[in-house]
Amino acid sequence: MISTYAPMFLMIFVALALAGVFFLGASFLGGKLKKTEEMMMPFECGSDSSGGNHLKLSVKFYLTAILFVVFDIEAVFIYPWATQFKNLGWNGLFSMFGFLAVVIVALVYCVKKGALEWEN
Amino acid sequence: MTTLDLIATLVKILVMVGFLFNVAGLLTWVDRRLSSMIQDRIGPNRAGLPLTKKITLRLFGLLHTAADGVKFFTKKDFMPPKADKLLFSLAPILAMAPVLALAAVIPMGDTVSLAQVGPRKLCMDAEGHALGLFVGDQCLDAAKNIVTAFASTATQWPAASRLGMNSSQGILHLSIAPLNVGILYIFAMAGQGIVGAAIAGWSSDNKFSLMGALRAASQMVSYEVTLGLSLVGAMMIYGSVRLQDMVIWQGENTWGIFVQPLAFFLFFTAAVAESKRIPFDLPEAESELVSGYFTEYSGMKFGMFYFAEYMEIVTSSMLLVTIFLGGWQLPFLHRDGLTLQFGDTMIIQQKVGHLAMLVIGVLAFFGKTLIICLLQAFVRWSLPRFRYDQLQKLCWQTLLPLSLANIFATGIIWLGLQSGGAPVAAGLKLASDITQGVVAVVLIGLVVWAIIGMFSPSRHLTQILGTSAKRAAKRGGTVTDPMQA
Repeated sequence: MISTYAPMFLMIFVALALAGVFFLGASFLGGKLKKTEEMMMPFECGSDSSGGNHLKLSVKFYLTAILFVVFDIEAVFIYPWATQFKNLGWNGLFSMFGFLAVVIVALVYCVKKGALEWEN
Repeated sequence: MTTLDLIATLVKILVMVGFLFNVAGLLTWVDRRLSSMIQDRIGPNRAGLPLTKKITLRLFGLLHTAADGVKFFTKKDFMPPKADKLLFSLAPILAMAPVLALAAVIPMGDTVSLAQVGPRKLCMDAEGHALGLFVGDQCLDAAKNIVTAFASTATQWPAASRLGMNSSQGILHLSIAPLNVGILYIFAMAGQGIVGAAIAGWSSDNKFSLMGALRAASQMVSYEVTLGLSLVGAMMIYGSVRLQDMVIWQGENTWGIFVQPLAFFLFFTAAVAESKRIPFDLPEAESELVSGYFTEYSGMKFGMFYFAEYMEIVTSSMLLVTIFLGGWQLPFLHRDGLTLQFGDTMIIQQKVGHLAMLVIGVLAFFGKTLIICLLQAFVRWSLPRFRYDQLQKLCWQTLLPLSLANIFATGIIWLGLQSGGAPVAAGLKLASDITQGVVAVVLIGLVVWAIIGMFSPSRHLTQILGTSAKRAAKRGGTVTDPMQA
């Protein structure tokens, strides 16, 4: 068990260490920062920034995130079936068709409700 | 975990990380070079090592990549005064580390059987038949009896058996961690990239960054669904989520692109969208958001985002090769050597040593990966950018229903063919052999075309449009880079 997953953790550690080396290299080797007022302003193509920088966000983004949770969890339910598909045969296939039908009804409902329309 | 395992793991990590870093670096050059070719201009050719006063080593602009690296490290490291200091620093690490960690489960080659990797000495009789194994200074036959009457000895590179592994002296997997949850691990790691982008935009205290981060997060979660569902068909056919098993299935039957053609295109599209490149580069659309969620980053921290993007191209190409293009497999080359066979008609069978097959496999895997990387670069410079509503519509109303339909179709067709019995199975075997033949012809054609292209003189088109191009043409191009226009 440990010997199966140890290389995976080693790779994750190496990945983090390499990212850290790049990161530290940036802060040690980088030139001195001369703080001028213009440099410290939020970058907006040269025009002065007005108002706060944390804007009100369109609700569409939240809606997409919620739809993602719904559909991705459904995908997770399908994976175990997919690996056992050949053993389960026609019975398994039709059971999964029932499940997928529910998913498709949900998708059609979302489209009809306009949850996926970004134009207005 | 023994010391030997640890050393083997470290070597594998070194090879994989080395490949990722080098190819990602090269891809930045290929991207520019390709864009200049497609847009009919000279492209990068300034950076160079001055050898003498007149001769400068330029290497087709290859040194621009090195110059970029030096520049990234020596640039000022800027942080906006109102930024969230912890999150702002954490974001580039979160963007880069998962892409590297993702490569842990990708198999680079066939499983090594340590007993068969080295050469062995055989003793032969006068007719050249092997009598037994030469151990020390004695010849032992299969029952460990000493054979004294042998005529000669010969060194042989043993071939592995086609099915099953000789694990008497242990086996070595050529993936860093051969997990049985392969694909699930990949989805888990690929999902972390979203967090890096979202945090970068949120902590930067900049309107452009925030909008870019939102677009990035929304786009990546949307395409994550398609990415996941498009692979269900492949999992059904292969009967596993372990990447090694998938490649072995493809070697025994046919490449995944022929059994799951729709899934290949869905996965390819979703993978390009996940790496946020043209035509899906809305999060960093230059004309709208400067550079999106990393607008406020500079120096190597920006370089980390930039580099992570190119490494993502390499890892997604590796995944495409593993799942749909046969991984380390080449047509008609199996674990035991070359077997050219159509249906039941055997044409050639030639045993090849285990070590040679391993080397061929590893080279085939990395070669295929490079070809798919190049394909992704071509896509980038050939397509215009989507509008955001088009992008979301494409995902939820076209790709998602198509990937669901793919599951239905795969299930019905597979079970239907299974109930067809022996004649259908024989037909399928012949069909898969024919697809292997087609792949072999295409691969050989590609190699021949590349060789011809390399040695034929470059054509000079006479039509020159731009004034700067005209001036350069009058001078005969630059010193090392004659005009291509």
